[in-house]
Amino acid sequence: MKPFPDTSPGASGLALREGLLFGRGSPGRRGTDLPAAGVPEAEPAAELPAELLRAEIDGLPELSEPEVVRHFVRLSQWNYAIDSGPYPLGSCTMKYNPKSAEAAARLPGFAAAHPLLPEEDCQGALALGFALERALCEITGLAAATLQPAAGAHGELCGMLMVRAYHVARGNPRKKVLVPDSAHGTNPATATLAGYQAVEIASGPDGVVTPAAIAGALDEDVAALMLTNPNTLGIFERNVREIATLLHEKGALLYNDGANLNALAGVARPGDMGVDVMHINLHKTFGTPHGGGGPGSGPVAVALPLVPFLPVPTIRRAGDGFALDFDRPQSIGRLRTFWGNFGMWVRAYALLREWGPDGLRRAAQLAVLNANYLRQLLSPAYHLPYSAPTLHEVVFSDKLQKAHGVSALDVAKRLIDHGFHPPTIYFPLVVSGALMLEPTETESPETVEALAAALLAIAAEAAEDPAALHAAPTRTLVRRVDEVRAARKPVLRWHPKPR
Amino acid sequence: MASYPEELKYTKDHEWARASGSRVTVGITEHAQEQLGEVVYVELPKVGETVTKGEPFGVVESTKAVSELFSPVSGKVVEVNDPLTDSPATINEDPYEEGWMIQVEATQPGDLEDLMNAKAYVEFIEEEAE
Amino acid sequence: MRYLPHTEADIRRLLGAVGAPSLDALFSSIPEPLRLSRPLELPPAADERALLGELSALAEKNLRVPPERVFLGAGAYPHHVPVAVDQLLLRSEFYTAYTPYQPELAQGTLQAIFEFQTFVCLLTGLPVANASMYDGATACAEAALLALRLRRGRKKIVVSRALHPAWRATMRTYLAATGSEIVEVPYDGRTGRTDGAALAAAADARTALVLVGSPNYFGVVEDVREAAAAARQAGALLAVGVAEALSLGLLAPPGELGADLAVGEFGSFGGAVSFGGPGVGFFAAREEHLRQIPGRLCGETVDAEGRRAYVLTLATREQHIRRASATSNICTNHALGALAATIHLGLLGKSGLRSLALLNYRRARYARQRIGRARFSGPVFNEFVIEADAAVAARARAAGFVAGLPLGRDYPELSGALLTCVTELHEKTAIDALAKVL
Repeated sequence: MKPFPDTSPGASGLALREGLLFGRGSPGRRGTDLPAAGVPEAEPAAELPAELLRAEIDGLPELSEPEVVRHFVRLSQWNYAIDSGPYPLGSCTMKYNPKSAEAAARLPGFAAAHPLLPEEDCQGALALGFALERALCEITGLAAATLQPAAGAHGELCGMLMVRAYHVARGNPRKKVLVPDSAHGTNPATATLAGYQAVEIASGPDGVVTPAAIAGALDEDVAALMLTNPNTLGIFERNVREIATLLHEKGALLYNDGANLNALAGVARPGDMGVDVMHINLHKTFGTPHGGGGPGSGPVAVALPLVPFLPVPTIRRAGDGFALDFDRPQSIGRLRTFWGNFGMWVRAYALLREWGPDGLRRAAQLAVLNANYLRQLLSPAYHLPYSAPTLHEVVFSDKLQKAHGVSALDVAKRLIDHGFHPPTIYFPLVVSGALMLEPTETESPETVEALAAALLAIAAEAAEDPAALHAAPTRTLVRRVDEVRAARKPVLRWHPKPR
Repeated sequence: MASYPEELKYTKDHEWARASGSRVTVGITEHAQEQLGEVVYVELPKVGETVTKGEPFGVVESTKAVSELFSPVSGKVVEVNDPLTDSPATINEDPYEEGWMIQVEATQPGDLEDLMNAKAYVEFIEEEAE
Repeated sequence: MRYLPHTEADIRRLLGAVGAPSLDALFSSIPEPLRLSRPLELPPAADERALLGELSALAEKNLRVPPERVFLGAGAYPHHVPVAVDQLLLRSEFYTAYTPYQPELAQGTLQAIFEFQTFVCLLTGLPVANASMYDGATACAEAALLALRLRRGRKKIVVSRALHPAWRATMRTYLAATGSEIVEVPYDGRTGRTDGAALAAAADARTALVLVGSPNYFGVVEDVREAAAAARQAGALLAVGVAEALSLGLLAPPGELGADLAVGEFGSFGGAVSFGGPGVGFFAAREEHLRQIPGRLCGETVDAEGRRAYVLTLATREQHIRRASATSNICTNHALGALAATIHLGLLGKSGLRSLALLNYRRARYARQRIGRARFSGPVFNEFVIEADAAVAARARAAGFVAGLPLGRDYPELSGALLTCVTELHEKTAIDALAKVL
């Protein structure tokens, strides 16, 4: 008998194959009942030319509610999710998503609140937004925040457009943005979008950016450095203060990619390190669900000199209540249709309230403890390219397994057969064959041990039976998929049969 | 074992060039296609466009990587291997013959002189790997 | 803290294993002066019941006017979301999953995205669509960026002033660093439609994109064919912005009217208005623009045993591979919103979509006639502009209605007008009562 905890996939329930929603059902069948209009049944053709109208759309499903529900329940059963097992994707912070937060976001007064209600009729929503902004300022040590950005990348764009506006207000937008080689791909992409040339900075031999490297690249054309801290290796950029000073002396700004705030919240504050502007991923640090690829939320917090450039509207105090402020002449402008991913604000705020200041700090401590424990357990079998202390995540490489012809991809796919979601692989780019693990604080020690045991078993397998790893995964509904075929002849939609 | 025909000239960006008079045929090397993995997409210039030595003339993609193609010569594109667009796998299967990309009417006769021969290129790859 | 499994004993054991004397010692790589030496000033922890009590009290403050008496649209259209949609969204397998980078573990999300892309194509009449954008405004901005890439050398974007003001403003923000110029074309003060002659005059050989909304911000259905002709004449792309995607159940699809791109907001399907976010942006295009599309794309393929499977594809356009030369910096999109839309459209289906669209059209048409005061003569879908100044709006509010959105802030010339939206949520009795007050 296997000792507890045995997390390997056991007998499987019936996983049912399911076709597309399209091309089935029966003419006239539908999954919604609608009320009678109760008003005269006017025909659009009476006032619109036929060319601007359409008939029923060929190809739409004709299914009852039970059929549609069954379809999506089956699809759901093909997914792996945090609620089914650990999800140690480095850099993604896949922590537990509180159920109370889901309930809170669905309160009718939140879900049904129209964004354009007169201000006196939406004070609850504005008060929540204001409180969340204040909390994020306290956590980051910065002066003001906007909750508008829809995601981390949107927050980056917001932040870097503010950097640009700041420099423009001083007479010169400048030309370059420094980005370390360990950065997320969004950083250089955002720099380009904000009109800058991204200049790559090599990390030092111990995985961190050195003041010398910054000084060497720094001139009056540099608008900002985009620094992830702790960086994507999980290592704290200990020179951050000195680097900030170097930047500030040249009139440049320090942008902090807050993707890894989960390592710091309650322990240290970017604002105290010389950071001028940063984004925060509510869907990472603050536990809002990833939703299979969003919606996220990427608030941006700024130091005082950048406050005038915040996107409009901001939420301000107005008498006893709150108001939206559109009258901000130096603002970068609007970022989206409305005020932010409010549903995510509610969820993040709910978790903050449940944590309180102690819970927040404890979460960061346990995230770091779990990651270090995992590092300890895996170090005998996996190559650690950087030996510096790490915080909330750790990056190994496939160097030892490569000797047997086994790659990071093989290890990742084999982990699936052991019942776990794979780690992030092949990122950061500074590590060849990277395996990037972030257990987060919501996994128990036993789960961390089980994950480590699976990875150790795979390392042993790599030496004994590499072929088994190349074939993995074998227990999933589908096996490795043909990505080359998908890319060579893209099929991106279903087509109705021509009539 | 990868092959590097003696009669070709090679660039540090892993293109090859085959000269026939002032006509130069260009493609990517065995090593380049191995590094890329299975090619899924290639973007080539049109006949009549000009290319410049050392400047990008197109793009080649696998599912995980993108590489710009750098021209080993300056001149005018006189022929393009259009079938590659529909069957980019040819670049993996036969990089030196069927997988050629463009033919250029070179305007600078000396362009190929500073390129590597097969032996130098093999040494260059080995150095790069270290 | 019930989300944190570690007991004090667990912590001691793990600290022992990693050789750290204390939790604080785990942070020794952070220089001491950079560490926080005090507790954060945040409210103390609330238990679950206290939390829900506190948030319910806040939420109540947004319910002073019940939703069925709020006649607001303007980019966020309140509709009945079938209970089945939310029940399915609450399946953990969907909402607690990550972006489907490991296709073997994410076929559910991937197939749903493929179905979403299909719905967007069917509704817009365009051949390809992506996995979603943040919202309509950012989708418009990305359309402009795509046009600037495809029409290299052209720097002008021609936009109807009847397009959603926040969408235009967002485009200005996104394009701030591109050196491009956004030219706004007036609307016809009588019909509420974009001034076709002005549009044709503005679109020229420097124009990369022509962008009109239909139905436009005033709810008026545009004659997209006119805009298409102007764009074609100029050699520019035409994008049609659709804020109320339900209209696509009744109105001819942009793709059939000559649009190269259709962008906008799909949140009317499956989404609560949720104080304006999250919505779900959509982006549809012609085949030849495929490699320039921003965001995620899901494609069909086969697995190692030849079974049909889905996978994110054409990723070389994206930031994690192309970095500084990516088509966009977007990574997270609004997948769960796209799933909600997919479920809702699955339930509506062929006849339900048309019926719901007709229902909206008929209720709105009735309301517009019953209320009178119409500011524009152009045909509308489920939203229209009425002449009603602040005093009239205040009178309605005093009677327990939000009669519409005052347009003065965005259109000074319409400072005495309200934008009023009527959907299936608004019963005849509420419409009659509102009309009486006005």
